Amino acid sequence: MYPNEVGLQWSVLIVLYPYITGLVAGAFILASLVRIFRVEAIEPTYRLALLTALSFLLVAPLPLQLHLGHPERSPEMYFTPHSTSAMAMFGYIYLWYLMAVLVFEIWLDYRREIVLLSQSSKGLLRLAYKVMTLGSSNISPRSLAIDSRVSWIVTLIGIPSAFLLHGYVGFIFGSIKANPWWSSPLMPVVFIFSAMVSGIAGVMLLYMATTKLRGLKIDIRCVDAIAMYLFYIFIIDFSLEMLDLVHRIYEADESFRSLNFLVHTQLYIPHIVIQICLGTLTPLVLLFITQVVKLPEIVRKRMYAVSGALALIGIFAMRWNVVIGGQLFSKSFLGYTTYKMALVTKEGLLVAVFLTLLPLLFLWVLVKLLPPWPENSAHAPAPGD
Amino acid sequence: MNLNRRQMLILLPAAAIAWKAVLAGTPEEAPNYTMSDHWWGMLIDIPKCIGCGNCVRACQTENNVPDGYFRTWVERYHVSDWEMKNPQDIMTNPLTDPQVISPDGGKEGFPVDTDASGKYFFVPKMCNHCADSPCTQVCPVGATFVAPDGVVLVDQKYCLGCAYCVQACPYGCRYIHPEKRVADKCTLCYHRITKGLTTACCEACPTGARQLVDLKNPKDPIHEFLKTHSVQVLKPQMATGAKVLYNGLDGSVR
Repeated sequence: MYPNEVGLQWSVLIVLYPYITGLVAGAFILASLVRIFRVEAIEPTYRLALLTALSFLLVAPLPLQLHLGHPERSPEMYFTPHSTSAMAMFGYIYLWYLMAVLVFEIWLDYRREIVLLSQSSKGLLRLAYKVMTLGSSNISPRSLAIDSRVSWIVTLIGIPSAFLLHGYVGFIFGSIKANPWWSSPLMPVVFIFSAMVSGIAGVMLLYMATTKLRGLKIDIRCVDAIAMYLFYIFIIDFSLEMLDLVHRIYEADESFRSLNFLVHTQLYIPHIVIQICLGTLTPLVLLFITQVVKLPEIVRKRMYAVSGALALIGIFAMRWNVVIGGQLFSKSFLGYTTYKMALVTKEGLLVAVFLTLLPLLFLWVLVKLLPPWPENSAHAPAPGD
Repeated sequence: MNLNRRQMLILLPAAAIAWKAVLAGTPEEAPNYTMSDHWWGMLIDIPKCIGCGNCVRACQTENNVPDGYFRTWVERYHVSDWEMKNPQDIMTNPLTDPQVISPDGGKEGFPVDTDASGKYFFVPKMCNHCADSPCTQVCPVGATFVAPDGVVLVDQKYCLGCAYCVQACPYGCRYIHPEKRVADKCTLCYHRITKGLTTACCEACPTGARQLVDLKNPKDPIHEFLKTHSVQVLKPQMATGAKVLYNGLDGSVR
């Protein structure tokens, strides 16, 4: 171990960051399935997916800010970005994605409701909705048709943007030639597909949970369709990860022995047990069964819920193994260190738990402000029940 | 001049960026030093190093290096007889790894060896002041850079402390300063070499195992040395353009 390598540079917060942006990108891709690819079955999750993406995106920069030695200097990334740094692109990609894609699309999609609510609500809420109309109260059919057209274009631009947002996170790690655990051109691609898995699983679970909470029946046609997409994208994700693994084992370059030792010792539980067996193979088998065997609705729903939760755990473990695992071995390939997570420090466990729950709080506020369900569905059962 | 709202929206950010560029750009004056006349590096003569740790102590004192962090450090390698007989096993079999120690960076020297077999040697390490340095490449704000004289420096008033450069350095030469919360590393004693002095580590080395070299100076003895010796850099496969040259480097050194 080189003496400066003993302490880890990137903590659990940097594990959270790709996890959160992954959920954003994945949720958006799910929304785009409705909008661009016209998968009508999953329409009930369209708005929920957009609001989920927004609430997680709002939290995404917080772990980074907290991790910086000098957070007050972070605006320098906007003013004096370094042209050869992948990280310098973060601010631009983030702002672009937040303002030009997500907020714009949500605004266009909700404009009619916002205008109606600004007329029907009272007090502070009325003011809030007034501000959200941005001074435009025209909801004539022609104007709404234009909204819909523009929103379609925004989603179209949004798909490559979502890929960029998360592919860039993969590139941050994949481009570090000093670290053989990270350095791989597959890294951005693996990150994108794992992002889709986590985002789709996340929205599916949120949809199931919110529907239950509202006392309604889950639209089985919708979750069937989501689970099918989850299954296929999961297969691509798993294949890519296995390709990376097989490639490493077969090439067995100078780093192999050191990394192999790590995977069989410190990373055995998070990598082999949690990420691969529990978080990938188990949900894949469960989803496979739902695809080939005709099961009763209730069983399917439960299997989807379990697979979704396991997938979320598996993807978190994947981020952990990349970020933390990549810092546990020495760049000399001689020696290892350990990561001890603090509890109450700036980068400790409590902050990490808080940052994981914060997007759910944001989502709750957003759902209250901009209800993602059809207006009359609170009284009538969802179609397909 | 009449500016409407739209023009202002474009002009204001542009003006802000221009103003930041003006603020960023004025280097400190050094009237007797011309950066473009130099191309600094270091020669480390492994057979001459006795592992006394003078360089580590001198560096710490000269540069206020915090305890537990190192701008330079010394490693002691022990390659066993078995390894020398079975070179095919180096880096493929964990039982045959060379044993490397660097207690407190070798600051207080090394314990007496108990195993008399095999060979022992010391490897002083430091920032390689790479010409194509991966650490400066990744800095999101350009706070770390290669100066025109080949020294890799950090502007600590500008560094965000994101630690991306620490991750990117293949040699483990950077750290986040625990109090300043910014990246810190060997500056090749820039405050000394720009005044015509040598570095603190070279000054303190009792055997001349470390020598500051100016590859642009035709009178520097390094040129003669390079003609008569086989020198190597660490991890040449990284293609970083490292400028710390090692004489007598063993193949087991990583």
